[in-house]
Amino acid sequence: MSLLEIKNLHASVEGIEILKGLSLTIDPGQVHSIMGPNGSGKSTLSRVIAGEETYKITEGSVLLNGKNLLDMNPEDRAREGIFLAFQYPVEIPGVSTKYFLRTAVNSIRAHRDLDELDAYGFLKLVKEKAAWVQLDPALLDRPVNEGFSGGEKKRAEIFQMAMLEPTMCILDESDSGLDIDALRIVANGVNQQRSPERGFLVITHYQRLLEYIVPDVVHVLLDGRIVRSGGKELALELEEKGYSWIEQEVAAGA
Amino acid sequence: MPHDPNTTLDQWAEQSDYKWGFVTDIDTDTLPPGLNEEVIRIISARKGEPEWMLEWRLGAFAKWKDMVEPEWAHWPDHDWRPIDYQAISYYSAPKRDEDRPKSLDEVDPILLETYEKLGIPLEERAALAGVAVDAVFDSVSVATTFRDKLAEAGVIFCPFSEAVQKHPELVKKYLGKVVSRTDNFFAALNAAVFTDGSFVYIPKGVRCPMELSTYFRINQMNTGQFERTLIVADEGAYVSYLEGCTAPQRDENQLHAAVVELVAMEDAEIKYSTIQNWYPGDENGVGGIYNFVTKRGLCSGDRSHISWTQVETGSAMTWKYPSCILKGDDSIGEFYSVALTNNYQQADTGTKMIHVGKRTHSNIVSKGISAGKGHNTYRGLVKILPGSTDSRNYTQCDSMLMGDECGAHTFPVIEVENCTAQVEHEASTTKIGEDQIFYCNQRGISSEDAVSMIVNGFCREVFAELPMEFAVEAKALLAVSLEDSVG
Repeated sequence: MSLLEIKNLHASVEGIEILKGLSLTIDPGQVHSIMGPNGSGKSTLSRVIAGEETYKITEGSVLLNGKNLLDMNPEDRAREGIFLAFQYPVEIPGVSTKYFLRTAVNSIRAHRDLDELDAYGFLKLVKEKAAWVQLDPALLDRPVNEGFSGGEKKRAEIFQMAMLEPTMCILDESDSGLDIDALRIVANGVNQQRSPERGFLVITHYQRLLEYIVPDVVHVLLDGRIVRSGGKELALELEEKGYSWIEQEVAAGA
Repeated sequence: MPHDPNTTLDQWAEQSDYKWGFVTDIDTDTLPPGLNEEVIRIISARKGEPEWMLEWRLGAFAKWKDMVEPEWAHWPDHDWRPIDYQAISYYSAPKRDEDRPKSLDEVDPILLETYEKLGIPLEERAALAGVAVDAVFDSVSVATTFRDKLAEAGVIFCPFSEAVQKHPELVKKYLGKVVSRTDNFFAALNAAVFTDGSFVYIPKGVRCPMELSTYFRINQMNTGQFERTLIVADEGAYVSYLEGCTAPQRDENQLHAAVVELVAMEDAEIKYSTIQNWYPGDENGVGGIYNFVTKRGLCSGDRSHISWTQVETGSAMTWKYPSCILKGDDSIGEFYSVALTNNYQQADTGTKMIHVGKRTHSNIVSKGISAGKGHNTYRGLVKILPGSTDSRNYTQCDSMLMGDECGAHTFPVIEVENCTAQVEHEASTTKIGEDQIFYCNQRGISSEDAVSMIVNGFCREVFAELPMEFAVEAKALLAVSLEDSVG
């Protein structure tokens, strides 16, 4: 069975259709990448999968391990294994990152019928996973994302992903605003989490990230539809020729 | 839901939406409703008070009769129902008043059960937390613990009525010195009819060996509750006093008009913390407590320090301004407040900092949270008098809104009559962001837990001022109070 199966998905916001019949299937262990110009619907796709209520689903289905995600609220989707690394992680003043994460970890564990993690077990896990993305554990005593640099926010997202052990990871431009060293660290953190059971959907503008997180499949998203899919060489081709090349091809084919 | 007064405690607890909204099935000795000189004489006689105490009450009552109920508080949406002072009963006490229990073993088991349900297992809590509890049940104090330990340190901590008997010289010296018996309408009413409360005296140079705590509870239909608390910290003394309360569900509005007076002498420090959780009324604004309280502290001596911390989540209406008069040079006044209003609750609260002495210092941190159709008003006065040179105030006033039918209002008044003063006022208003809640949801956290977490983060600076156990309770209370307020 596929891990994530999206069929003919239509989604709109304030009456404007953004996703116009998108289909995508990700098998366990696979890394898929979605590339596309600004406004093509990449971030919308990630938020629709995660369950943000601003988007209205007018048609189509999204299944995770055969379960209908569209019937679930966002927290249940997360508990079922969806993780979204946000492009712009939100700040929560006054709430320490550790407290926030421990609440998250334990609500997900409860859903999976696992015992609550005690303070010792939690801190041990924090120490181990923080090292994956070279995150200073002292940062985790600060309020969630508050006063974090751009790079720290992105690394913290990947760290949270490691802590929550999701089955389907969605990375929404986790490379934006990163210098080359930070990019390597983020990519390394993601690669540590690759496993035969886990799937990844990596949304990015640039193929540079894909040099480090090597995808099995690359999709090109244009105007709310996937117009082309291919291997990792498709990303290189896009880098070279730009999106207008595909736009023209699609226009010509239409 | 109609409440049958004959239902048992357990039935109550089950039927009620309000977690702590149960009544105790206990026979009471209650005066019929009404207020006149005779009632005051009866109260005084029941308490076995000396003549001077009765005269003091009657003096207050004489003035009160000519006073007018204040109307200036800012309650935009509330349908103000005038209080009929003649419909209130001014005295109720557990029946066996004469042979009041001397230890916990003698306390009525039903009463103990009530405390249990309130989450106040008296002996345990006292033993574990090292807290001495002077529990007020309706109008009479029923149990006091840790007396010996306190007595050893020379600390007096007793019901007010006992202090009148045993320490008349201290009571006479300080009673009404900070909040005069005719200070305002509700303070005068309290002075006339107060039935009990707590009295604390910390002698010179003594650091009170434990946190002092009192629990108040309204448990009688139509019975106003009029506590009076007086805390005196003599030179170099220190005390931390905790006050917390919950009230059972009632359809009638009940009046709560307490008075708290604090006096800090030279180098003394008083820390006064409150959790207020009187019944707020139902989601349609029916019922709930009117909480009109006068709290004031006098930093009488040089380098004295008074700190008010309050978490206000209950009551249909709250009218409360814990204040400090900074008389001594280099004295410090602090006010840390979290006020939460949900459904139709209205809170008009804040503080007054009156700088009299030189180099006095005040700090105000106010966090108002409004949800549902609740309205939250901060009303503050910072006054620097001409002789108060080199004094400073810092005010931070933050409001958080949940939903679009609630309101936050601020009325800060600053009066500076000395040009060496430094006064700062910062204010902010935020709305709980959908994006914040979604972010938490995406990490597997429910919306309710997310709101509670975000709100607790917002209040962190105030909770940091609370003693540990109290901070935990306060967080739980905010979560309970905000249940179902997420759209």
